[in-house]
Amino acid sequence: MSATAVTVQENRAPNFWQSTNGKKAVMAVTGVVLFLFVLGHMLGNLQIYDGAARLNAYGRFLKNTGELLWIVRFVLLTCVGLHILASVQLWARNRRARPVGYSHKKSVNSSYADRTMYWSGPIVLAFIIFHLLEFTAGVIHPESRFIDGDVYHNVVAGFRVWWVSAWYIFSMILLGFHLRHGLWSMFQSVGLNHPRHTPVLQRAAFWIALLITLGYISIPVSVLAGWVR
Amino acid sequence: MKLDARIPSGPIEQAWDNARFEMKLVNPANKRRHHLLVIGSGLAGASAAATLGELGYNVTCFCFQDSPRRAHSIAAQGGINAAKNYQNDGDSVYRLFYDTVKGGDFRAREANVYRLAQNSLSIIDQAVAQGVPFAREYGGALTNRSFGGAQVSRTFYARGQTGQQLLLGAYQALERQVDAGTVTMIPRTEMLDLIVIDGRARGIVARNLITGKLSVHLAEAVILATGGYGNVYYLSTNAKGSNATAIWRAHKRGALFANPCYTQIHPTCIPVSGDYQSKLTLMSESLRNDGRIWVPMNKGDKRTPNEISEEERDYYLERRYPSFGNLVPRDVASRNAKAVCDEGRGVGETGLGVYLDFADAIARLGEHTIRERYGNLFDMYQRITDENPYKVPMRIYPAIHYTMGGLWVDYQLQSTIPGLFVLGEANFSDHGANRLGASALMQGLSDGYFIIPYTVGNYLASSKLGKVSESHPDAQAALSCVRTGIDKLLAIRGRRTVDSFHRELGKIVWDDCGMSRNAQGLRTAIEKIRALREEYWQNVTVPGSGDDLNQSLEKAGRVADFFELGELMCIDALERNESCGGHFREEYQTPDGEAQRDDEHFSYVAAWGYTGPGKPPELTQEPLEFAYVHPSQRSYK
Amino acid sequence: MKLTLKIWRQKGPEAPGKFVSYPVDNVNPEMSMLECLDVLNESLIERGEEPVAFEHDCREGICGSCGFMISGIAHGPQAATTVCQLTMRHFKDGDELVLEPWRSRPFPFVKDLVVDRRAFDRIVQAGGYISVSTGNAPDGNAIPVGKEEADRAMDAAACIGCGACVAACPNGSAALFTGAKIAHLGILPQGQPERDRRAVRMVAQMNAEGFGSCTNIGECTGVCPKEIPLEVIARMNRDYLRGIWKERHQLVTTIAPVTDWDLVTK
Repeated sequence: MSATAVTVQENRAPNFWQSTNGKKAVMAVTGVVLFLFVLGHMLGNLQIYDGAARLNAYGRFLKNTGELLWIVRFVLLTCVGLHILASVQLWARNRRARPVGYSHKKSVNSSYADRTMYWSGPIVLAFIIFHLLEFTAGVIHPESRFIDGDVYHNVVAGFRVWWVSAWYIFSMILLGFHLRHGLWSMFQSVGLNHPRHTPVLQRAAFWIALLITLGYISIPVSVLAGWVR
Repeated sequence: MKLDARIPSGPIEQAWDNARFEMKLVNPANKRRHHLLVIGSGLAGASAAATLGELGYNVTCFCFQDSPRRAHSIAAQGGINAAKNYQNDGDSVYRLFYDTVKGGDFRAREANVYRLAQNSLSIIDQAVAQGVPFAREYGGALTNRSFGGAQVSRTFYARGQTGQQLLLGAYQALERQVDAGTVTMIPRTEMLDLIVIDGRARGIVARNLITGKLSVHLAEAVILATGGYGNVYYLSTNAKGSNATAIWRAHKRGALFANPCYTQIHPTCIPVSGDYQSKLTLMSESLRNDGRIWVPMNKGDKRTPNEISEEERDYYLERRYPSFGNLVPRDVASRNAKAVCDEGRGVGETGLGVYLDFADAIARLGEHTIRERYGNLFDMYQRITDENPYKVPMRIYPAIHYTMGGLWVDYQLQSTIPGLFVLGEANFSDHGANRLGASALMQGLSDGYFIIPYTVGNYLASSKLGKVSESHPDAQAALSCVRTGIDKLLAIRGRRTVDSFHRELGKIVWDDCGMSRNAQGLRTAIEKIRALREEYWQNVTVPGSGDDLNQSLEKAGRVADFFELGELMCIDALERNESCGGHFREEYQTPDGEAQRDDEHFSYVAAWGYTGPGKPPELTQEPLEFAYVHPSQRSYK
Repeated sequence: MKLTLKIWRQKGPEAPGKFVSYPVDNVNPEMSMLECLDVLNESLIERGEEPVAFEHDCREGICGSCGFMISGIAHGPQAATTVCQLTMRHFKDGDELVLEPWRSRPFPFVKDLVVDRRAFDRIVQAGGYISVSTGNAPDGNAIPVGKEEADRAMDAAACIGCGACVAACPNGSAALFTGAKIAHLGILPQGQPERDRRAVRMVAQMNAEGFGSCTNIGECTGVCPKEIPLEVIARMNRDYLRGIWKERHQLVTTIAPVTDWDLVTK
């Protein structure tokens, strides 16, 4: 026989974590956890409108849950870690998938939020670090004194600084963008899509993201406006 | 030369069974030692390669596209016939057989056609099992439509993409065998010559279209499934790459070419819009089920169609053929369109078009139903013409679509060269002088899935095939012949492009060997083709080199073959002094303008042999006998 | 009308490439994009230059051979249309069109506007079929398939394998292509026995080819000439997750991507 093609070489297949689909599924599941945290955290924060006593009591309650708090923190940290690890690896992989870029490229179908996940994510991360240092650890607390246990004071004093509020609002808008895409995308990544339900979900994702963003933003706005003192 | 079609004896119903029983079998353990080459990956080629791979043969399959999934079978729209009689409307194997023989105007071999009708049943089963998403009833059963002049609903379809879905089925079966290691797929490689050693087909010379490398591939048998030669006409519904090079070069190595003048003109294509036109787009024939064809009563009526009142319209098919109306066979519909345009009643800018009007069907069934049935075709029409066919009638005109002629094969699909098998449109076998709608897919798959796996085995088991090597003088001669041909084309460096020659050739053949032909025109056409070919070899320019992807060079070789084949088509048309099916000789028509056959003198297959460059071809006749369907004047009145 | 075609010219994968602008006069609005290139090529050949290499075959939007970027959009500005059916009436006199090949690592560059899409064939080889050898099939009506199911399978099966989805995806993902085949066969009852294995193997091969990940943004379906819905990607993810769990005892292998063309060795 004169013709033999290059032999079909068999390689071990990428496993779940090595595959893009597996990583996306991990991002979806961790995304759900992080979304639930974001939602719960917002609802907790909104207690600020009920006065200092209520918010500080809520703060004490969280601190007194003991081991449970650390379990929750561990789960959240793991989720953040996995979410970031998967996205960074996918980002690197996607860069490799198109070594030569286009001179022109237009988007035809995707929204701004869809396309900006890769930088809304890192900015939100930077914000979270800042936020933890400011309100949890109290390391950064410009122009006022951090009082351990007096959550209400720390929030109000913190947000009175205009750039802290601006940074917060900006980050929350990006978080909204991130959620607006992520909230329905996570369903798609684990294989849930339905011609009837998905459009509803996409609209719902928009409204939920908007409400969460507004909920968070309302606090610095209220502080700056003097409604919350 | 005497042609032995090897038609099995006995009643036609048992012929194929008998033939299969008499065939020698290859020991399963030995199958993988037999190497087979399949050229082409359309319905016939892919189904053959997949099935032979499943049986355990060592198969190499070639295609010139970048993937076997792109073969032109993919463009078939309307459907595939099968005598399932799921609709309980009186269909049977015998009726499909009868319709095909009659539709082919009694110029096909009865036994082949009967086998085709028998195999049609298994084709549907096979395709469904592969996951071809045929149209279904709400209850889950397969649905059918009537198509192209059939009085029963026997056409299975997958929207307007039946060819695509059937081809993907065969392609997936092929890729499964590639994965299993039984088939080696070599894409972007074109067969440029056949290697015949000791009178048997033993391999091919092929060119890698990316690197330009020529290579010799040797095997026990060569299976050509390279499609038809409609692109001789330049403008046709064929894909731009469809070509006759493989069958023509096999012909030059000794395979007889049968009935080259039998070409099919499809009645429903989008009319030509300008000189730059590169191909014609087919609108599925199924549109004629609900569309009504008309032209204005008066010559030169340039009003828009909606301004022309009912009384001023001539529904000429319904008028002339009251019982079949708009559903007359393709050849009849095409000729009538040409006739009304020749009278000066054609529509559109060029006057070469007739209306296909859905207003009545929309009024009767609602736009929703029409959209459901033909939505994608209407969209395609609108995309190309910028006219909305839901509101304005479509304009259509006939175009070259299919070639019934091809390499002569016997009942076992073997050509006159032992070991060279020819499948699908590339052979001449089952459609006679005119193919019925939705029968091409059926024939390609019947040949590939259900015939060649038996007959190739029989050939291998009953032949003593010695080992041959690449250094064999005949293999080397073929290789150097190909190399010389390529160097010659590259060396001319004339002033005209390949396409300009091709366009001119196409016009000659279309004008004089197209929808209607006459002796005078054919004689001049032959002269003109010869003169143009002479000029081609002096004045064509092929830029670039033979060492990389050179699409001009690919075309140049194909067009060189079209010149020779075009001439043979005219010679065959001139020889056949009768009208039959797609071959309409103006001298031979009934008083009311229908085709007039001459069974006494022309009930034969005209098989032409190549005798050398510049020498007249040699005609061998295979007489046709009709023991079951008695030839009659076709009438669709 | 007059147009300027700014076309990526590159003789081969190793050769340097650049954009070259060609003015094309006498463009007829009824022409297709490819016919416009034909006209340009004729004039290039007459001038003794090498014509622009581009892929094409059926020119009726079904074979999937053709495709390139037109000013940043795969297959150009008209939705659900391949470049062979894109008529020039969608452009204005004086427009400049930038023609670029698909850019993707798993689609190695060949020449001018031509790339190598064999990666798609390998994804199909990995499991894009129903394993039924010729002769094994039961009667066509033996397994009923509801009309809606058949229609949904057909929607996914309409894929022509042109590669526009990969080209348009900012991540260079082949999820729409792979998902379309997994969905087509996975919806049908005939495809159930191999559903898990098919999804696992096809996804594995897609990954082995080096395509990017899907971020569910829908650029692919936006340029898809057959408008394959994003739903097929969810279907792929679902079948993959299910399959990788159920088939966890299986050793899955992939086919090493082949990028050269010297397939034939002595």
